[in-house]
Amino acid sequence: MAINKKIRILIAKPGLDGHDKGAKVVALALRDAGMEVIYSGLHQTLDQIIQSATQEAVDVIGLSIMSGAHLPICQKLKAMMQEKGLVHTKLTVGGVIPHQDIPKLQEIGVAAVFPGGTSFEDIIKGINSLFD
Amino acid sequence: MGVAKYIKNEKDAIKEVIYQSGIKVKPSYGPEDLEKAGFKYEKDLGAPGEYPFTRSIHPQSYRSRAWTTRQYTGFGTPEETNERFKLMISNGQTGLNVAFDLPTQMGYDSDHPLAQGEVGRVGMAIDSLRDFEAAFKGIPLDRIGSGLTINAVATIMMAMYQAAAEKFGYSKNQISTTPQNDILKEMIGRGAWIFPVEHGVRLVGDSIEYAVKELPKSNPVSICGYHIRESGATPAQEIAYAFEIAKAYIENVVQRGIKPEDFVGRFSFNLNVYGNLWEQIAKFRAARKLWAKMLKEEYGVKDNKNLFLRGLFGGGGSGLTKEQPENNIMRGAYYALGAALSGAQTTALCSFDEAYTIPTPRSALLSLRTLEILMDEVGLRDTVDPLAGSYFIETLTLEMENKIIEEMKEVEKWGGMVKSISNGFVQRKVSRQAYEFEKGLQSGEYRKVGVVPVSEKGTDKDPGSEPAAVELHEYNEAWAEKSIANLKELRRTRNGKDVAECLKGLEKAAKGSENVMPHLVKCCHAYATVGEMAGVFRQVFGEWKEPDFY
Repeated sequence: MAINKKIRILIAKPGLDGHDKGAKVVALALRDAGMEVIYSGLHQTLDQIIQSATQEAVDVIGLSIMSGAHLPICQKLKAMMQEKGLVHTKLTVGGVIPHQDIPKLQEIGVAAVFPGGTSFEDIIKGINSLFD
Repeated sequence: MGVAKYIKNEKDAIKEVIYQSGIKVKPSYGPEDLEKAGFKYEKDLGAPGEYPFTRSIHPQSYRSRAWTTRQYTGFGTPEETNERFKLMISNGQTGLNVAFDLPTQMGYDSDHPLAQGEVGRVGMAIDSLRDFEAAFKGIPLDRIGSGLTINAVATIMMAMYQAAAEKFGYSKNQISTTPQNDILKEMIGRGAWIFPVEHGVRLVGDSIEYAVKELPKSNPVSICGYHIRESGATPAQEIAYAFEIAKAYIENVVQRGIKPEDFVGRFSFNLNVYGNLWEQIAKFRAARKLWAKMLKEEYGVKDNKNLFLRGLFGGGGSGLTKEQPENNIMRGAYYALGAALSGAQTTALCSFDEAYTIPTPRSALLSLRTLEILMDEVGLRDTVDPLAGSYFIETLTLEMENKIIEEMKEVEKWGGMVKSISNGFVQRKVSRQAYEFEKGLQSGEYRKVGVVPVSEKGTDKDPGSEPAAVELHEYNEAWAEKSIANLKELRRTRNGKDVAECLKGLEKAAKGSENVMPHLVKCCHAYATVGEMAGVFRQVFGEWKEPDFY
């Protein structure tokens, strides 16, 4: 990524869960930190997320998942990203993520995991560091 | 400290306390404060059980009956949920509060592509009446009332409940159900909406009209300040927005030629208990009074029992922390104390592990026991509204009342709740506040025990992050397999012609202005699936598009 280019991130809510406070407050925090944030809205299918990420040419897809389905969702989305050529787009995930699932998510290829309770500062640093 | 703002001097003494609703608290209160606020016993309090019901809706409150406890329960297959229901009832729980999985809440069958990975995960999976029969088998539906936590397709679940009860030999006059059925709050927080705003409100109206005519013991709508508060609203906004939502539903039903007197007594509320203790108590007392006043003065409701603000005061999910989860046991106990001091009629407590997982039987039972300790051990049943007459509480209750009115006026200025939600006004305000509050928590401006502000991370005030030792509720893939197999068998064995006919009747009603409820009951009896019934609505009403939230 070119220096000084703003990071573009799609904050996305996959699946049927509608708890969007986390996604919205993180979107506001990232925007205040100077990133270009696109918010997907609720109830997105993985196809819709891939489509938005492609159209908006984002650098990062940030999933917000509260339902407990983070492992199957990330696995599937990562495979779809490969398939659709989104190989330079980073995938991150936040939400209700039990500690023991973090290594499993990393193995799937999730670039950064932000479980509930992670500070805005750590999220911003974590996303910036993906482009160091 | 806590969830109020505390401004301190260099010696750590408190200079100023400001509650989330925007009320400043003085170092002490006396008779002059009541005088200044214009407090009058008859006008502002009255005896318990007397208008304006600030103190209680019943003259004897917990003296005559302890609160009803309704822990939120449901996961996996209907059979497993049935076992958990029976366990909770045998442990003394007096009502059910049913959790549905997300596909059911969103009107999809278990074999729909969008249901993948979600079947039975956050509640029980319901596809057809068959599943309801399994879930409520052996539950005395004439004695145990059930809250059904479902909104967009609440009409379908209400019909399903009636159909299941009829299968078991109960009549619709005997059963008592409280579907949550508050679609407008789903659009502010929680997000389980499907249809556009006006169609969503019409379905709520249909269910209220039907309950008035056909289900004498059921309460068709439970208005949830709860989730609005969880999404970032202040306690004053929680009540104000809930009342503005109630007004939107009242107006829909009044347009059908039904008088408010004939149905507002069936409304119940679901309100939150987390936050500053005093602010919560003042909130509930002010809410009871304002609701009664509003119904009487604006809607001409006369009968006292139709003026009661009934409902569940409980939960407190947003107050719980992922850090040091055992602290949540204590938090829950104090939240419940606040609910008891406020005269909560029905209650339920979030379990200490809920910041992580679906509660284990052990943690759910601990919540139930916490509620029992308050009623049976430490004396909360002794006398009604024990804080009445406190200079502080009465002043605060009056201030809270004014704050709630102020917030209601803002929504009315925006054109009422339906417009405010369609335009995204409320959602943007609440999200912005949630963001500011979270920033305050991270900077240390607000304090929660066990949550280390960013500035103290890595210092000697930081105990370090230790993964919490909580037992996780495991998701079982077999639930989906079983649901899908059942569904396939159902589709093969039911009378397809009957189903098609019932669905056609439903479609006609949905397209016109006929009440959909009798058609839904017929569809349920014919074993139409949730996905088929909701599919008719999706096709006729379309789906909602959220307004931008920035």
